Amino acid sequence: MRLAVLETEKCVGCQLCMFACSRRQNEAGLAKSCIGVKSIGGMERGFSVIVCRACENPPCAKVCPTDALTPREGGGVHVDLEKCIGCGHCREACVIGAIYWDDEINKPMICIHCGFCVNFCPHGVLGMEKKKEIEHASK
Amino acid sequence: MQVNDPLSNVLYIDLSKRTFEVKRRDDIFERYLGGTGAAIKLLHEECPEDCDPHGPENPIIFTVGPLTALFPLASKTVAMFKSPHTGNLGESHCGGRSAVAIRMAGYGAIVIKGTSDIPIYISIDNKQVHFRDATTLWGMGSFSSGRVIRENETGAGLRTIMRIGKAGEKLISYASVISETYRHFGRLGLGAVFGSKKLKAVVVSGKSSLPVVDMKQYRKAYNEIYNSAVKSPVMKKYHDLGTPENVLPLNEFGGLPTRNLKEAQFEKAEVISGESLAEHYLGRRLACSNCPVGCIHIAALREPYEDEAYFYKTTMISYDYEPIYALGTMLGMNSAKDYLRLMDRVEAWGIDAMSAGVVLAWATEAQEKGIISEKETLDVKLGWGDVQSYITALRNIIEQPNEFYTALARGIEHTISIYGGEDFALAFGGNEMPGYHTGPGAHIGTLIGTRHSHLDNAGYSFDQKLLAKEEKSPEDLVDILVEEEIWRQILSSLVICFFARGIYSPELVSRLLNITGFDVSEADLDRIGREIYVEKYRFKMREGFKLDDMRIPKRIFETPSPIKQLDEAYIRKALEHVKEILAQEGVFQN
Ligand code: SF4
Ligand code: SF4
Repeated sequence: MRLAVLETEKCVGCQLCMFACSRRQNEAGLAKSCIGVKSIGGMERGFSVIVCRACENPPCAKVCPTDALTPREGGGVHVDLEKCIGCGHCREACVIGAIYWDDEINKPMICIHCGFCVNFCPHGVLGMEKKKEIEHASK
Repeated sequence: MQVNDPLSNVLYIDLSKRTFEVKRRDDIFERYLGGTGAAIKLLHEECPEDCDPHGPENPIIFTVGPLTALFPLASKTVAMFKSPHTGNLGESHCGGRSAVAIRMAGYGAIVIKGTSDIPIYISIDNKQVHFRDATTLWGMGSFSSGRVIRENETGAGLRTIMRIGKAGEKLISYASVISETYRHFGRLGLGAVFGSKKLKAVVVSGKSSLPVVDMKQYRKAYNEIYNSAVKSPVMKKYHDLGTPENVLPLNEFGGLPTRNLKEAQFEKAEVISGESLAEHYLGRRLACSNCPVGCIHIAALREPYEDEAYFYKTTMISYDYEPIYALGTMLGMNSAKDYLRLMDRVEAWGIDAMSAGVVLAWATEAQEKGIISEKETLDVKLGWGDVQSYITALRNIIEQPNEFYTALARGIEHTISIYGGEDFALAFGGNEMPGYHTGPGAHIGTLIGTRHSHLDNAGYSFDQKLLAKEEKSPEDLVDILVEEEIWRQILSSLVICFFARGIYSPELVSRLLNITGFDVSEADLDRIGREIYVEKYRFKMREGFKLDDMRIPKRIFETPSPIKQLDEAYIRKALEHVKEILAQEGVFQN
């Protein structure tokens, strides 16, 4: 199963998903969130929810020089922090900017598609879906 | 409080010297929690007696609370300053992303003093304060300046952009500060204090981790609040229709001030009700950071260009109960479209919707009565429901082309000192009235509230829930209002949105504070709330506030309210009782 942004237009920008992602890592605040929400040039135009979208053949994993990123069963990538050298190539390879950065340890933070945030989106923007059904309502 | 909690970091900024420093102020936050409590303490420290509200020494103080960015709905920022509108305590609260952004940037409070020689804006992040030239932004509306700054600065998705429009630059004493396009520090003129400092905007962004004492308890408590927020009926009410849900019930109750309170029911209430706006205009919903309710409703107004066929513009305009009252019913606005047009100007120019509406309503009646003529209004014929006349008058208030408009730019209390017409001048404690003519609770509440806001003690709600059923002596009513205001000091020290007051009980608040490392019992909360309340009155008295001098506009007795028990003697007795309560705390008027 993977996390999917089902209905971006319903997003109200509450950031509850971001806080949820921190809590599932036993963190409080926003420093460790693997999901982000920004307005599309002003709140009147709505929001985009930026999170790993479980690419078929993830470009981030392809550019990792140490093979720290490996495609994960069901979508997304697994990060091996031992192998990661913090070069930041993966971050540059992700065109939607879904690779967040842990400034403390200088390593990437990437959504693990656990679905925890889905339970805290009050407006049904987020959901879980099987890998094969990647047909997006998003534009 | 946790030793590593960034909450007690106070960022002091000097605009004259363009310097900043950070001080740990555990003393303040341990004692007053944050929010309004921390702010009044800082105001006492930073605001010299009798200072000029437009002078460099008047501080702008922003504070957030210990629960911000930890729990849902602790989402307000408190601003405190000396008000250019009343010349006394200035306090205003704003949501949007402001509170979470300040907390995530690593601060519990920001204190801004001094005056810049050129227009500037400041950008604050986890490490730095940048002073940026805002010459090019000066004169821009709140939408455009927000847009430019958004492009210019980093931190998208994690920031607040608090800015002023033209009203703030022109020192209109009820100019607002706007954040995230649709939220405001509306009341008491923070926008003019920004303007006097040549401060166009404050941008704050950041992300950080916060310490909690017990992670398991923290997660459990979070879920508890989240669940009650999404399930509670009160929250559902604000979620569905937003605050305009109140328009029809208040109209039916007979407490909806209409045409400068000549009446208390509006025959066209239906067209500007929450129901009707949702059906015809609702275009988007928004929420403040960490808020599961999402009460912010934005209308989409599609209008053709008059000079060219097949060209349309769609404007997104927020609507809420108070602006609907002030710019709608008070001005006899009988179409939603006209209300939205006026609201859009109010937003772009950055002026408090409530004061603006009440000022325009007074001017309309003054013209009707012949107290002022078209000589004063510069040929504008103000007419109930005539949106074009109101837009022109509002532009004149901002531009101040003659003495009359210059007077209006300083509010009703000042205007009547020159032109008369006090009997129908609806201001309490110098602040234009909120949208409730429900009975003694509403009017006494705004008279005695520390910031003369309906939110100080919710008198309007006691009218509807309590006085509608039983009579109360003025003393009993005051006791109830003061108790409520004391509890609200705690809520606003934790910067909890008042819509969530049903969820945040004293028991829960004390438990949450324990989780965040504050050793505070329910009894302590009562003591702290009382202390903050008293400190605010101490400031007010220091600056010359007198309960004896309170002007009570006759209009509130002329137009019947649903609760009949309302006359001047009743109100004067209530004011006497406030003096007694304060005297017991050692606070006296000069
Ligand atoms: S699915 Fe899990 S890891 Fe991914 S954003 Fe949501 S909470 Fe974070
Ligand atoms: S929780 Fe849902 S509505 Fe809120 S910001 Fe995240 S995706 Fe948007």
